Amino acid sequence: MMLERSQVLICGGTGCMSSKSKEIKDTFENVLLNMGMHDEVGLVLTGCFGLCEKGPVVIVYPDETFYSHVTLDDVEVICQEHLLKGRPVERLMIKDPIDKKQIKNISQLKFYSKQRRIALRNCGNINPLDINEYIAKDGYMALAKVLKTMTPQETIDVMIKSGLRGRGGGGFSTGKKWQFAHNTPSEQKYVICNADEGDPGAFMDRAVLEGDPHSVLEAMAICGYAIGANQGYIYVRAEYPVAVERLKMAINQAREYQLLGSNLFGTDFSFDIDLRLGAGAFVCGEETALIASIEGYRGMPRLKPPFPAVKGLWGKPTNVNNVETFANVPVIYLKGADWFRSIGTEKSPGTKVFALGGKIVNTGLVEVPMGTTLREVIFDIGGGIPNKRKFKAVQTGGPSGGCITEKDLDTPIEFENLTALGSMMGSGGMIIMDEDNCMVDVARFYLDFTVDESCGKCTPCREGTKQMKVILDRICGGFGTLEDIDELERLAHMIQETSLCGLGQTAPNPVLSTLKHFRHEYEAHVIDKVCPAGVCRDLTHFVIDDHCIGCTKCAKNCPTNAITGWPRQKHIIDLELCIRCGACKKACPVGAISSIAIHEENRL
Amino acid sequence: MKSLEDLQKLRDEALKKMNIRYIKGGYRIQIGMGTCGIASGAKQVLQGFLKEIEARNITNVAVTQVGCMGECAYEPMAEIIDENGQSFVYCTITQPMIIEIIESHLVHNQPIQKYLLANRKS
Repeated sequence: MMLERSQVLICGGTGCMSSKSKEIKDTFENVLLNMGMHDEVGLVLTGCFGLCEKGPVVIVYPDETFYSHVTLDDVEVICQEHLLKGRPVERLMIKDPIDKKQIKNISQLKFYSKQRRIALRNCGNINPLDINEYIAKDGYMALAKVLKTMTPQETIDVMIKSGLRGRGGGGFSTGKKWQFAHNTPSEQKYVICNADEGDPGAFMDRAVLEGDPHSVLEAMAICGYAIGANQGYIYVRAEYPVAVERLKMAINQAREYQLLGSNLFGTDFSFDIDLRLGAGAFVCGEETALIASIEGYRGMPRLKPPFPAVKGLWGKPTNVNNVETFANVPVIYLKGADWFRSIGTEKSPGTKVFALGGKIVNTGLVEVPMGTTLREVIFDIGGGIPNKRKFKAVQTGGPSGGCITEKDLDTPIEFENLTALGSMMGSGGMIIMDEDNCMVDVARFYLDFTVDESCGKCTPCREGTKQMKVILDRICGGFGTLEDIDELERLAHMIQETSLCGLGQTAPNPVLSTLKHFRHEYEAHVIDKVCPAGVCRDLTHFVIDDHCIGCTKCAKNCPTNAITGWPRQKHIIDLELCIRCGACKKACPVGAISSIAIHEENRL
Repeated sequence: MKSLEDLQKLRDEALKKMNIRYIKGGYRIQIGMGTCGIASGAKQVLQGFLKEIEARNITNVAVTQVGCMGECAYEPMAEIIDENGQSFVYCTITQPMIIEIIESHLVHNQPIQKYLLANRKS
């Protein structure tokens, strides 16, 4: 076969797949075949590139041209112009937001230049369905090195020395975890990969499983060797069909190459991996609940100790690590613990993957060294807030975390720092909120999630979160009192202290942190009976103030024709007709529309 | 997979196919593929370069195509840009010339003066 002169990489992450990247690949195949170039140009469907906002994304090598928002009709143009005649299609390139120039090359994108990819090293770079591409990137070399040259104890020592901490949110030392499982004597031990990613707005693990499934398989085998296990399970949500399919394929390929199975690399060590599909219960991300679910019971946490390292799956010592943690493992053995320690901070070495979502320009997946500040992640890499809105807060750690405000944005990202701010690292979801978000409503949203996901085992979590939700509903509906806020705080602390597992202990965090930073918004809801952001419908009274320039944009955007006024004159909203949709507020170029209390309006 | 050597062999084999995505530095060959170039056989030249590079196992070369270079009478043309950014434009290329160019310029870093556009024109 002839060497390919050009390769077209098409993003096959779930985000881009939903905007037809699979069909785009098929169209490329057809067009190239018609043009007689199918054996000179390679087509690769990769994992997530991270810049989901711009999807579907296509990269053409060797020029590294980055095409965004590619449609089926564009394929023909790319083939005719770029692949045949060598003229990159400028129309499809991303524009630099500052000097409005087309960005020709991936390396010019600020989104990538500030990142450091370790866990995502192969995502968007290799074909996840082809084990050869993973091997080409030194895949399974770490496993070979460990099996051939190191003892299990040496393997664990390297892991402890690297300082890798659990990326699922807890931040516990991975090496120590392996040591505990290693130290418990038993005939049979297990390795479990926790891929039950359930936070709203988090998709880091999905991206790794879809884009680089072999890195997880290799790491599990290394872990199996270190602790003395011969069987691994990946507990993955059934809601991740692409990830499940690619994992299945990867496991079969690895077995075919005898990289899984018996007597790996001619040693006595045998290891195999099976999949277990979860039904998508958030609580099954807790390791004891996860183990119960694999055993076939209802997914409910149990008391610790005994920890799974002593008594886990079917009563045998078990090591449970998160997907992203595993994805870091092979590189550590290839490049050494010292190399890993040189990245990130003293207490938290390495990198962390974050899923950026909410009110941000570059929605997507980023990986940065620990110690990077939140401001860099949100404004430099994430591109800031769209539509000229002002930043209000960022929620890290999903429903277990809290919000962080403007004044703490320069904090370096680290496990301890985020906890000190009343939030937490969590698994890495980052939801950015702007001035149009009501913090009471945000707290209510997360609480709604935990009420649904509470397994019901202990009363404080089952009943307490429900009661908190009832109070928040009351506040958002305009029936709240100041006593309600105090009651909310009292309940929150009680639930934190008396719940069994992490779900309950952290469920009140969104309420407590919004209360800490945005108490004035709660008070506006209960005292002035107004929602300043204009989200809670019953408490929203939009008025136009004197900044109005009479551009008529609000009137044009109003779906119920509630806004009247002559051009160049101040407009007026008829609150009888207004349905509180906020379309006028979004359309206003000077920010003259706000939600204020009714009695203030009378004063105007 | 029985030994580390097996794995290494497999890796080197697989990497060859993917090399195009990781070429940094080295030579860059740009073939003029405007309508004039295609008409005078630039596609065969392009394939000729690719075949020869693969046969010789040269890894530090990226072959790409560009539009019309503006000297249509001298097509097919190929521009070789070396690591220092210096460019050499070869013109009216034939298949035997490709082998010569690769042998002399890419392997021994000796540009073939007589085939260069600058010399042929004058």
